[in-house]
Amino acid sequence: MSATLFDKVWDSHVVRKIKDGPDVFFIDRHLIHEVTSPVAFLGLKQRNNSVLFADKTFATADHNTPTINQHLPVEDPLSANQLKALEENSAEWGISHWGLGHQNNGIVHVVGPENGITLPGATIVCGDSHTSTHGAFGAIAFGIGTSEVEMVLTSQCIMQPKPKKMRINITGELGLGVTPKDVALFIISKLTTSGATGYFVEYAGEVFKQMSMEGRMTVCNLSIEMGARGGIIAPDEKTFEYVKGRPLAPKGADWDKAMNYWETLYTDDDAVFDKELTFSATEIEPMITYGTNPGMGTGISKNIPSADQVEGGATTYKKSLDYMGFAEGEAMIGKPVDYVFIGSCTNGRIEDFRAFASIVKGRKKAANITAWLVPGSHIVEAKIKEEGLLDIFHQAGFVLREPGCSACLAMNDDKVPAGKVAVSTSNRNFEGRQGPGSKTLLASPLVAAATAVTGVVTDPRTLLSL
Amino acid sequence: MAYDKFEILKSSAVPLPIENVDTDQIIPARFLKATERKGFGDNLFRDWRYNPDNTPKEQFVLNNPIYSGKILVGGKNFGSGSSREHAAWAVYDYGFRCVVSSFFADIFRGNCLNIGVLPVQVSAEFLDKIFKAIEVDPNTEIEINLPKQTITLLVSGEQESFEINGYKKDNMLNGFDDIDYLAKMKEEIKEFAETRPF
Repeated sequence: MSATLFDKVWDSHVVRKIKDGPDVFFIDRHLIHEVTSPVAFLGLKQRNNSVLFADKTFATADHNTPTINQHLPVEDPLSANQLKALEENSAEWGISHWGLGHQNNGIVHVVGPENGITLPGATIVCGDSHTSTHGAFGAIAFGIGTSEVEMVLTSQCIMQPKPKKMRINITGELGLGVTPKDVALFIISKLTTSGATGYFVEYAGEVFKQMSMEGRMTVCNLSIEMGARGGIIAPDEKTFEYVKGRPLAPKGADWDKAMNYWETLYTDDDAVFDKELTFSATEIEPMITYGTNPGMGTGISKNIPSADQVEGGATTYKKSLDYMGFAEGEAMIGKPVDYVFIGSCTNGRIEDFRAFASIVKGRKKAANITAWLVPGSHIVEAKIKEEGLLDIFHQAGFVLREPGCSACLAMNDDKVPAGKVAVSTSNRNFEGRQGPGSKTLLASPLVAAATAVTGVVTDPRTLLSL
Repeated sequence: MAYDKFEILKSSAVPLPIENVDTDQIIPARFLKATERKGFGDNLFRDWRYNPDNTPKEQFVLNNPIYSGKILVGGKNFGSGSSREHAAWAVYDYGFRCVVSSFFADIFRGNCLNIGVLPVQVSAEFLDKIFKAIEVDPNTEIEINLPKQTITLLVSGEQESFEINGYKKDNMLNGFDDIDYLAKMKEEIKEFAETRPF
């Protein structure tokens, strides 16, 4: 029988099917961090359970960590307490732990792939909705709640109804200055933040075939922002090349065995999806958001739509624009900006910093901009230095911080002040997401760079040389 | 037993007729720093509920004494965004046992079911009727009958049925959760793990 890529991976992980209920679903790789795991470990103890497979769980500290002076004790006592809990729980159960200062430390969805934890055909969960990132490798990866973290610790399984299947095809070739981030924001703007709820999305078509692994990670990362549980892209030579030789990837005979499995991971020609959408790459330009959810995005050259042009209630739409201080019909280009943030599990990888550097090189940071450049991991940080990008940043007036989730969710001190506008390469522009009262415009690293050097929302195509 | 049993809930309801309420609004990230599950109700809808100086925002529904009850009624696409279970904990800790909306985000819905908060999805029309009934009388009572899978506006008798899978329904009725179920399957799971290629 013909099957989709998603079917093949899902069905091979079902331990038991429950009648009129969810599947008992086996998890190959479990990632944990300091914020959503402490209560799970507490529950484990309260029920007198133990960790079933300590070698299938991996811990890294990222959500509340400071991005300066990481060698010093963490000042915030609550954050310090969570970091300590992660360290102690990991030690107690024999779980690998990359704490603050560890050479492999970084954002959970950056360090998973770069260390070979993330593998094609694997099932990967984490108490974080952007776990969908790992779908870029042909894995089924999605975010879970803390109760489910406890389930995985206890049994290496969770209980999940199988989602419906959607395929999104993008044909053609992306234009100058159009990045994977723009592709994702474009799709979300078309589907809205609930358009893919209940579905798992396979991305297919020429645009994704041509895309780098890091670009695919950016796209899959944002799947959750249209409501999808996750996104998945069929693994190909690029995927295998990326995985091969990573510290925790299979080696020797294990690699060959894994490859035999991985080569079966594609959607059969006659497989059927519950929903299928196709867009043309020519429709996509650099994107930016103007509202308080990721679906409120537009091509950067366009104006803010009026309430009657968008789906959903006018009251909610107007509340959103009021929060931003924007009005229907206004242009996005030229809007004043106070902060620029490049980083996060969405756009905190080396290609993102290369893109940022391509525009700021030989230019200067605008005086009105406070810029936070936060690498996704120490490995990304090291590459930034090796490749000479740090010198470019310094010459342009930028400073590089230390890795972590940082201003994406502002659990640490990297908070955008109330009323200030930030152009961010992160994933959410919800009210107060980057700090109480902060206003977020989501965009690509190129848009962020163009804005950082001009001080206002700027189309990067005007600064890119052909 | 993981949480209190849920059978029939009869209560007034708190209306929040806003769409796309995300979990960052339900509980902002800066309040996720606890290592125990308690006190989250104090920060439910923190930034909609309080001014930066911690004085209550009087126009917000949770600060309006005429609205109360164990049922929260929200607009379409409730609970989108971050997977933080803390959002469901905050809803529960504040005193809600049921959230009604015309559409739920997946992870939030699952988190609710895992901790004993019943998500009840109704049609857009019925949601509208509920909001109108509360507008007319803030004390109007709604009955959620889990065994029969019905939601009823008691003032008019208007009723709709809602969906929940049989397994989860049984869990809610008995106060069981998935961890209880999975802990009994360890041997079967260990055998399964042997078959994985990595």
